[in-house]
Amino acid sequence: MSRLTEAQALAYWRRNLALMFKLLVVWFVVSFGCGILFVDVLNQIQIGGYKLGFWFAQQGSIYVFVLLIFYYTRKMGKLDREFNVEED
Amino acid sequence: MELQTLTYLVVGASFALYIGIAIWSRAGSTKDFYVAGGGVHPVANGMATAADWMSAASFISMAGMIAFMGYGGSVFLMGWTGGFVILAMFLAPYLRKYGKFTVPEFIGDRFYSKAARAVAVVCLIICSVTYVIGQMKGIGVAFSRFLEVDYGTGLLVGMCIVFFYAVLGGMKGITYTQIAQYCVLIMAYTIPAIFISLNLTGNPFPQLGLGSTLTGTDTYLLDKLDQMVMELGFNEYTTEYRLSGLNMFAYTASLMIGTAGLPHVIIRFFTVPKVRDARSSAGWALLFIAILYTTAPAVAGMARLNLMQTIEPTPGEYLVYEERPDWFRNWETTGLLAFEDKNQDGRIQYSADPAVNEMVTVDNDIMVLANPEIAQLPNWVIALVAAGGLAAALSTAAGLLLAIASAISHDLLKGMIAPGISERAELRASRVAMAAAIAGAGYLGFNPPGFAAGTVALAFGLAASSIFPALMMGIFSKRTTKEGAIAGMVAGIGVTLFYVFQHKGIMFIASTAFLGDMPANWFLGIEPNAFGAVGAIVNFTVAMLVSRVTSAPPESVQELVEHIRVPAGASAAHDH
Repeated sequence: MSRLTEAQALAYWRRNLALMFKLLVVWFVVSFGCGILFVDVLNQIQIGGYKLGFWFAQQGSIYVFVLLIFYYTRKMGKLDREFNVEED
Repeated sequence: MELQTLTYLVVGASFALYIGIAIWSRAGSTKDFYVAGGGVHPVANGMATAADWMSAASFISMAGMIAFMGYGGSVFLMGWTGGFVILAMFLAPYLRKYGKFTVPEFIGDRFYSKAARAVAVVCLIICSVTYVIGQMKGIGVAFSRFLEVDYGTGLLVGMCIVFFYAVLGGMKGITYTQIAQYCVLIMAYTIPAIFISLNLTGNPFPQLGLGSTLTGTDTYLLDKLDQMVMELGFNEYTTEYRLSGLNMFAYTASLMIGTAGLPHVIIRFFTVPKVRDARSSAGWALLFIAILYTTAPAVAGMARLNLMQTIEPTPGEYLVYEERPDWFRNWETTGLLAFEDKNQDGRIQYSADPAVNEMVTVDNDIMVLANPEIAQLPNWVIALVAAGGLAAALSTAAGLLLAIASAISHDLLKGMIAPGISERAELRASRVAMAAAIAGAGYLGFNPPGFAAGTVALAFGLAASSIFPALMMGIFSKRTTKEGAIAGMVAGIGVTLFYVFQHKGIMFIASTAFLGDMPANWFLGIEPNAFGAVGAIVNFTVAMLVSRVTSAPPESVQELVEHIRVPAGASAAHDH
């Protein structure tokens, strides 16, 4: 393991924040967005027996949450390797 | 086999398993006791976190709440799962890197202040104690209904089991029992759901069954449900809001932030070996949780449908009271289900109109507990549900008790009162603290304070408004000062408690509620249980303003922040 220079540490942190921001947008859209704010509009669309807005609120948002965390884990793993800051 | 005997067998076998694990996983050091030695595999920790997190409320009550709230119940589904995304990105990896034993310890170090640590201990104890009372009640209720022992005896047996593995094994014992408890509770939850989904729709996956057509018809299950509830005068199941969109927004946000700020969940991430394990472990935890949480709305919808169809087998033809099924009689004796023949016709009318409705009590909890009986599933499934409910309550209680005990022995005793004590003395103290915490929780379980009902929701509000903002600012803002953090925590928890008390009564004594518990008096129409998000905003705002006018944190603290932001090598080693 190596020590990062101040500039590297800053760059690493900025990349982390940018990734987090991107994922938080998705997190917000599937739950607060599709599940609450736009639920009435999405409910006009029906997939099988599910109204789409209702499906996001009771099923879809949860599936996306799980995917988001695993995606974050993978991306951060790559970032750690790029900056050589993995734990041994 | 007789249901009673079978239930004793299944519950007894699960307890024997927990005790076996306890003997096998004794704690030999404080590191074992507080963080299970720090070597738990991320998948194993994910499973333990899932059991730690899913309480009696998730297992027993949630599906019932959704069954009667319909779409509005989604706040619990999104709130209690979405918090893990925040936990995985905002807290878990950095706190793991920090690498110590408790949440207040981080707050004390980051805000270079014993006062901040003490405030954090107080916030932690308030949230955890309010939460543990609910679990104790769950244990007592499960015993008294399924094993037909009285509430007190049931509670005592539950306490003895927790005592055995939590005092002996600390976090190590708790971790491995939680893994076993997860397996028991997830089987107990999904098996009845699969059977019911098969019965109603022919689809073995409840998640898909809820969106399918009813067997032998072209009618979608949810359409049928909407139609039936509306005929009875209720709002449409799939579109009924919980008060308002804004309230649902605030409620979901409070539950999410609160989930991420609950100390007993956070400390589970101290037990994995590496920072990247903390990240992936949060994903595994949520995956294991999602199995139950995506099944719950199906259980809710299907149970509601089954219940209505039992009462009204053909349209307009209500069930004759004397011909009610056995499960109906059984649950009547518990008081969770009650019938009052208002029009004296000997039939059970069910309606949204309180003047006509004769199902005067249908407790939320019945929807899961009686579900296998309503669907006429075999006895072993019913026995399994009993074991599952107990596993959910015991695993959460143990996690909470560990958070409380370690705050007392590690933060108060070792951190403030007697810093010089040896490792062995601290280990002994942590066992004593654990035993005391169990006794205290048991006492509160026997004599539940008047405010017991509102407490679990309150715990989330308090965690959201006090602990989460302090941790987040500690990691993401180098400029937050000790004065800022302390003022923020006090203001956040203060404003949340104030709001809850003014509507629900001081310490929940209703007569002292000076603004009354009615929507007209609610700030922007937000119900008290949903106020944690507002409290969190107050915390952040106060902390930022105060930090601006106080002098910047010392160099060493800024280095600590730099250090925890990178998995390895950013600054000098910081091992303890």
